[in-house]
Amino acid sequence: MEFLQQLVNGVSLGSIYALIALGYTMVYGIVKLINFAHGDIFMVGAFIGFYSITILDLGFFPSLLISMAICAILGVLIERIAYKPLRNATRIAALITAIGVSLLIEYGMIYVRGAQPEAYPGDLIPATSLDFFGVKVSSQSVLILGTSVVLMILLQFIVHKTKIGKAMRAVSHDMDAARLMGINVNNTISATFAIGSALAGAAGVAFGMYYTKIEPLMGIIPGLKAFVAAVLGGIGIIPGAMVGGLLLGVIESLVSAAGFSLWRDGVAFVVLILILIFRPAGLFGKNVREKV
Amino acid sequence: MRKKKLAGIFVSFMLAAGVLAGCGGASSTSGEKDDETIKIGANLELSGGVASYGQSIEEGLKLAIEEINKDGIDGKKIELVTFDNKSDAAEATNGAIKLISQDKVSAIIGAATSTNTLAQVEIAQKNKTPLITPTGTNSTITSKDGVLNDFVFRTCFIDPFQGTVAANFASSDLKVKNAAIIIDSSSDYSKGLAASFQKSFEGNGGKIVAEEAYVAKDTDFNAILTNIKAKNPEFVFLPGFYEEVGLIIKQARALGIDAPIMGGDGWDSPTLIDIAGADPLNNTFITNHYSSGDSDPKVQDFVKAFEGKYGGKSPDAFAALGYDTAYFIADAIKRAGSGDPEKLKKALEETDGLGLVSGDLKLDKNHDPIKAAVILEYKGGKQEFNTKVNP
Repeated sequence: MEFLQQLVNGVSLGSIYALIALGYTMVYGIVKLINFAHGDIFMVGAFIGFYSITILDLGFFPSLLISMAICAILGVLIERIAYKPLRNATRIAALITAIGVSLLIEYGMIYVRGAQPEAYPGDLIPATSLDFFGVKVSSQSVLILGTSVVLMILLQFIVHKTKIGKAMRAVSHDMDAARLMGINVNNTISATFAIGSALAGAAGVAFGMYYTKIEPLMGIIPGLKAFVAAVLGGIGIIPGAMVGGLLLGVIESLVSAAGFSLWRDGVAFVVLILILIFRPAGLFGKNVREKV
Repeated sequence: MRKKKLAGIFVSFMLAAGVLAGCGGASSTSGEKDDETIKIGANLELSGGVASYGQSIEEGLKLAIEEINKDGIDGKKIELVTFDNKSDAAEATNGAIKLISQDKVSAIIGAATSTNTLAQVEIAQKNKTPLITPTGTNSTITSKDGVLNDFVFRTCFIDPFQGTVAANFASSDLKVKNAAIIIDSSSDYSKGLAASFQKSFEGNGGKIVAEEAYVAKDTDFNAILTNIKAKNPEFVFLPGFYEEVGLIIKQARALGIDAPIMGGDGWDSPTLIDIAGADPLNNTFITNHYSSGDSDPKVQDFVKAFEGKYGGKSPDAFAALGYDTAYFIADAIKRAGSGDPEKLKKALEETDGLGLVSGDLKLDKNHDPIKAAVILEYKGGKQEFNTKVNP
């Protein structure tokens, strides 16, 4: 029974990772850029949700939508200002810029509102514990898991079945050829960032609702874990992010359950190292040879 | 503002280099002090993770200094120089260097937490400037391995005492036989409380059935809480800080851990109630330095003055200890007759039976106060006075 409870704990922790990892992996899949600022957009999303709920007095779903919209705009702005000028630069230059943007958002937020934590109001979504034969499942974590699955399906649909998705895949395949075929590459990349950042915003509000406490540096660790989850599932692959997130959450819970709770974060990164050594393309990735 | 702070950090680094290069040169500067105003530094957590501690202490300090300066101390007035250490140990060290070498203060008050106070101890010792922490309860602040840090003082009781009080309360008032401990392994404070709780609780014939650990900034505690639930303890001792404690209590109650949960003064913040929620906090207790519900006239006068100055806000223990610390120093200045750090240190050491809001203050040979503790219970999101325990 205890083992089952730990599995449930792991899945609810993992569904948060999965929600963040979806945006991560999508941006990487299209632009081949690891957007380290993703975790911080997640944080901004949590705060926008918080202020919509407390100051504008909105309910959970309107706040979620506002947060997603503002994060989408923020994501596009970041891409236009910070990443677009570097599109033809080396990948390491873009990566370093992403880290810079991440620090800018974190400390910009501290500058604006201070570093003290904020608590989400507790009465948004009823937090009842469902009891399955002694295993407690929080209704909120079911909601988060459900949200992640729905968003994953939606994302998969956008990327594979719509026109903009087709353009995204074309850009990801060969940016120059796509441009020659009449695809507006800039708009396509902006759309990618908008969708990815909106997902981060949604994850931020969900996190705030589930864990209550939000603060300006809250994006760092979940952002890194989501990165591990994305790599674990195969970076760039949308269902991979989902599975990677859940798997990572379960691994962490089981490590804590075995009495090594202080090793939990360490183990997450050991997973990253192991997967990079033994299966660099991730669980769902195919081994594609680089064309020379 | 940010720029100024950055410049401040830069300057303090330069000064740090200067102090290290010129070793001991700083202590001779203390002679230049103005006789009329005595500068006292306050190195507090005014922003960052435990900002509510530092802000409360500052409010208490300001109220007390206002009262003291009304009549002055034999014609002298106290000037408070504050420094925000952003709840960060490295910043706290920089702040101590800045206050001593740049502002030339007679003594430093701070920091609120043990870790940030420990970060200043060496600077205070080296520069022979008294350092008084209002609320740093870790025992190693004033003496470590039998060696006394003779310039370091505190206004509060120490960790072993809080742990002992909690253990005795669990054994004799709640009559529990077994307990679980959850430690914040990144905090000296948490480890200190847990160690003394375990010793006293086992001394009372109790048994520790589970021990789990976490680190500050964690947000998901379901895994360790599930382990604890499996051991079915009658009592959970949780010496941590309000950010994580709030989340742990919320998640513990959701998992169905209904046992009483108890902690120390690290819980004492209104943010705890926001994070955990009022219902999960029922059946939880803390040991603390003071309670605004105490009927002692000294406490009631303080509560009235504080509410008057801060628009009806009720003072927490941090505010009370900040207030007491100012009187602790003022009393020593009066007896020392000047703001000279060495004379001040001697006068602080000789403090005996000084009547303060948080109880009568007398120091033992380790510079640790011997005074009473109160136990508070959370009921419907409010702290209620439960009982007072004398040393």
